[in-house]
Amino acid sequence: MTASGHADGERGTPGELRRAGAEILDLTAAQAAGAVERGELDREELFEAYRDRAAADELNAYLWVAEEAPATNGGPLHGVPLAVKDLFCTKDVPSQAGSRILEGYRPPYTATVVDNLARAGAPLLGKTNQDEFAMGSSNENSAYGPVLNPWNRTRVPGGSSGGSAAAVASGAAPWALGTDTGGSIRQPAALCGIVGLKPTYGAVSRYGMIAFASSLDQAGPLTRDVTDAALLFRHMVGQDERDSTSVAFPEEVTLPTAQRLAGIRLGVPEELTGEGVEPGVMGRFEATLDLARELGATVERVALPHADYAISAYYVIAPAEASSNLARYDGVRYGLRREADDLLTMYTKTRHDGFGAEVKRRILIGTYALSSGYYDAYYGRAQRVRTKIAEDFAAAFERVDFVVTPTSPGVAFELGAKTDDPLAMYLNDYFTAPMPLAGIPAISIPCGLSEDLPVGFQLAGPAFSENRILDASYALEQAIGFENARARR
Amino acid sequence: MIDREQVLHVARLARLELSDEEVAKISGELSNILEHIEKIGELDLDGVPPTSHSMDVSNALRADEPRPCLPREVALAQAPDVADDGFRVPSPTA
Repeated sequence: MTASGHADGERGTPGELRRAGAEILDLTAAQAAGAVERGELDREELFEAYRDRAAADELNAYLWVAEEAPATNGGPLHGVPLAVKDLFCTKDVPSQAGSRILEGYRPPYTATVVDNLARAGAPLLGKTNQDEFAMGSSNENSAYGPVLNPWNRTRVPGGSSGGSAAAVASGAAPWALGTDTGGSIRQPAALCGIVGLKPTYGAVSRYGMIAFASSLDQAGPLTRDVTDAALLFRHMVGQDERDSTSVAFPEEVTLPTAQRLAGIRLGVPEELTGEGVEPGVMGRFEATLDLARELGATVERVALPHADYAISAYYVIAPAEASSNLARYDGVRYGLRREADDLLTMYTKTRHDGFGAEVKRRILIGTYALSSGYYDAYYGRAQRVRTKIAEDFAAAFERVDFVVTPTSPGVAFELGAKTDDPLAMYLNDYFTAPMPLAGIPAISIPCGLSEDLPVGFQLAGPAFSENRILDASYALEQAIGFENARARR
Repeated sequence: MIDREQVLHVARLARLELSDEEVAKISGELSNILEHIEKIGELDLDGVPPTSHSMDVSNALRADEPRPCLPREVALAQAPDVADDGFRVPSPTA
């Protein structure tokens, strides 16, 4: 079957209906949903093709794979199965957040967003590997081993949603859920050559998402193309009475159709000089700006004078919130326990053995930043910087529709290249950390290759501008014509 | 900048045991990270209000009505140690 399939809706013969699994796996999620809807593809056959492919995954992208699809009664997503990052609670299914401290944990309930998508017709395919508690940019912080990049298995897939990104890019999932706190959807999407959307804070319920930094965490789609991102996102949004920070999305999420970017103004931060960015990445970024101009967009410089402080503010606020959120892992109600004669020693030994090195670092940074005598200098100041960053974006959006940057300063790096230098790892988030601090949405779309590895192009817009972001990304995607099939071989 | 004693103090606050090796490694790493973080000290932030939440939402309330919670046996099912329908822990004073 070709990618377009029976686009005219004509039914094939029974022989044509029986397709090799590989051909099914080449369909985008929207194409697969369309084929099921038209009766050209059997829902069970679709699920089994992905289940078999996921079970045969060699990238360590999955921590758990479903044996069979739960019974469903249809839904607009027509049974296209969904890979879900490990940190989403899924009832009676392991949900370990990539951590040893939650090894074997099977929650008594399912996250709202996973529930919503199952009800919309996207059954759970598997749980994907991730950096422990979503802390990392390479997936090397998983207690269950690193994930390999499908473009080059000596490279990292990015993180923290590295398993979700690698699964989608390698064809082991039609689409996936991830979470983004400082770039954890967009950066792995960029490094794996797929699309990743971090929604406006509050657009998607966080109920049942194992918390990292509650004022920043947001769930979003990782998909092969922009249409799939819009389709999945459409069924993710909504206010949830179980998450008091969730809000109703102000409009219907539409599927993108834009062919041109006429009248669209793109803003490139003045602070983006190319310093610290790989030349190949900068080259692809500039070539994409040229394509945008050809589609009718204008490109101008905008000032984001506090963006340079975003990493510093982020690495106070996120660890501070994490140190508080992770206090619950104490060996009492669930997860690992190390026995001891007294309560305090039970706590400290359990946490010593249960948490990995990066999680310990962040707990210590966060506890330090919140401790008596340091609170004002660190947490208080970081929250004020956060205000300035949001003001910078608001001023930029007076002049332009979207702020655009490379998603990541470099392409996928070698496994182990940055594990001994936590600060170098943190600087990967340079272009992605400002947006969650401001609560605004941003997408990464693939814009070409550098050193034979994918490069991501990031567009950020004002709160609740997802429809416009997706539309502009779609027009760019058509013009770029990025070829992602190679990673599925 | 962050010495051994400070690391141990913060680790105690965080209820985290660290091996001697971890303490040595982490004090160097934290010093590097905090040095970078202290960049925010350069900014004049007088009069700038703090942001704790990026969306303008406050007092999200629902009707205060009783509703079922997790059944006790479900809540206890994942616990490492259960006794008398509750979570059992070692003595806090041993």
